[in-house]
Amino acid sequence: MTFADGKAVITGVGQSQIGRRIGRSGIDLALEAAERAVHHAGLTFDDIDGVASYPGPVAAEAGFVGATTHDVRDAFGMKTRWHVSGVETSGQLGTLMDAAAAVATGRATHVLCFRSVWEATAQASGRAAALTEKATRASGHTEFRVPFGAVSPANWIGMYAQRYMHEFGLTREQIGKLVVNARRNAGLNPNAIYTAAMTLDDYLSARMISTPLGLYDCDVPCDGATAIIVSRREEAAGLAHDPIAIESVGAALYERHSWDQRGDLTTMAAHDAAASMWDGTDLTPADVDFATLYDGFSYLCTQWIEALGFTEHGRVGEFLDNEENYALDGKLPINPHGGQLSAGRLHGYGFLHEACTQLWREAGDRQIKKDLSVAAIGVGGGPEAGSMLLRLGA
Amino acid sequence: MSADSGRVLPEVTAESQAFWTGGFDGELRITRCQDCRGWIHPPVGACWRCRSRDVEPEVASGRATVASFTVNHHQWLPAFPAPYVIAVVELDEQPDVRLTTYLTGVEVDEVTVGMSVEVVFEEHDDVALPFFRPVAA
Repeated sequence: MTFADGKAVITGVGQSQIGRRIGRSGIDLALEAAERAVHHAGLTFDDIDGVASYPGPVAAEAGFVGATTHDVRDAFGMKTRWHVSGVETSGQLGTLMDAAAAVATGRATHVLCFRSVWEATAQASGRAAALTEKATRASGHTEFRVPFGAVSPANWIGMYAQRYMHEFGLTREQIGKLVVNARRNAGLNPNAIYTAAMTLDDYLSARMISTPLGLYDCDVPCDGATAIIVSRREEAAGLAHDPIAIESVGAALYERHSWDQRGDLTTMAAHDAAASMWDGTDLTPADVDFATLYDGFSYLCTQWIEALGFTEHGRVGEFLDNEENYALDGKLPINPHGGQLSAGRLHGYGFLHEACTQLWREAGDRQIKKDLSVAAIGVGGGPEAGSMLLRLGA
Repeated sequence: MSADSGRVLPEVTAESQAFWTGGFDGELRITRCQDCRGWIHPPVGACWRCRSRDVEPEVASGRATVASFTVNHHQWLPAFPAPYVIAVVELDEQPDVRLTTYLTGVEVDEVTVGMSVEVVFEEHDDVALPFFRPVAA
C-alpha cells in the first residue's frame, strides 16, 4: 500500500543562495532554486507542466511570500496544464501533496514545487512594519489572541510547551540537547545560517522570548528558496536520479483549527497527520532511517518525534536525554542540515529538500553514514501539520 | 485601534459581538449550544459537537483555571510592556472550552498551571477585553 499507488515520485531538488539580508528579491531566489531543481532532475522547463507553491499570494508579513506560481510561470514562459497554491493546507507540505496527487491522476507529468522567502532582507529594510503600524483590528485567526498581547507564535507555542513540560516533566535542558545537536549538524552544512558551535550553557543562558522558549528555541528568518520536482513514476525512468517514492502522506486534522481549543494541549495536529500517514503504509516507525522535523520552534520538533511514533506520548524527554537516539551518527538522525533553528527558516520545504539530499547521498560532510532508504518528514505546528514518508527507489 | 497606545483591538463580528461587549455590563458572554448545552469558543455559527445551528451567547461565571501560560519577555506592543503573562484558561463551566487571555494582578513568577482566576474587564473604545486575575484565596 502506497500513496497514489506509488505513482508520485520526487526526481530533483534545488536551492538558491541562502543567507541573511542578502538583498535579493523573492522571485530572483525562486527562479534560481527552480533552475537548479529542473537541472538536477535532468529535465528542461519544457518538460514542466505543473507548478505548485505554498502559500500563494496571501497578505502576510514582508518577505513571507517570495514568489507565486504565476510569477514563476510568467518569468520562464512556462506552458503548464496544472497549478495550485494555498495557505489553507496541510502545513507547508500541503501543496506538495496536491502536486503528487496531480501527477498520479494524470493532470500533470512533472510539477515544479517551490517555496521562496526573503524575510531577512525584508525585515532589515524596515518593511516588516510593526504590527501596530499596519494593524487596524485583529481579525480572523488572530481576533481572540492578539488583543491580549498574544502576538507571536512564540507566545502560542510557548503555552503548548509549558503545559507539556508541566504534565510530563520535559525540561529545557532536554530540549536544549536537541537544539545543540541541530547546531552541531549545521556546522557541517555550508548553506546553514548559524554554524558556530553552541553549548548547552549557551542555550540555557540566552535571553527568554516567551517562557519556556528562549532565543535559541526560535528559528532564524532568512532569504532563500527551495524547489522540488514531483513527477509521474513512469516518466521518471532515465532521469538523473533514482526516483524517491512518496510512500505515504499525512494531512489529517481531527480537531478545530485552533491554537487553544485542542482537547489535549500536550498534542498538536502533528499527531493527527502522523497517525493518518502511518495508516497509509505498511511501513512502521522502526523502518525509518532518519527524519527531518519542523523546528520553527524547538518544541515543535519534540512534538513531531512523538507524533511520528519514535517515542511514546509523554516520553520525548527521555528520548532526548540520549543523544545516541538522534545524533548524526545515531539510530535516528534528526535534522542533519541543522533544521530551521540553525540552517534558516526556509519554511517547511527545507526539510523535504534535506531528506531527498540525504537519500541521494549528496549531503557532503553532513551525509549520514549508514545506508538510507526511508525518510520521515514532519512539517508544521499547532493546528497545521503535514507529514510525508519517502522511500528511495522502491 | 489606537496606534499611539500600540494596542490592537479585535474586529467585532456578528458572531463575536456579545463576547467583546458583554464586559460593559460586567458579563462574560460565551456562545452556547441551545440543543446539547455545550459551550463554544471562539464563537462560530454552529455547535461543533452536535452540529446544531441553534447557538447563542449566555453569561458564564467568569471563573476559570489556568491551563497553561507564558511569560512574554519580548517587547511586541507598546500597550503591553514586557514582561507580562498570557494564559490559556479553562472555563469552570466546561474545562475543554478555553480563552487565551492576559493575566493581570499577578507577579509574572507567581503564575502556575491550575491557578484559579476570574474575569475582569478592561474597556477600550467599543470593546471590553476580558482579562483574568487570580481569585483571592
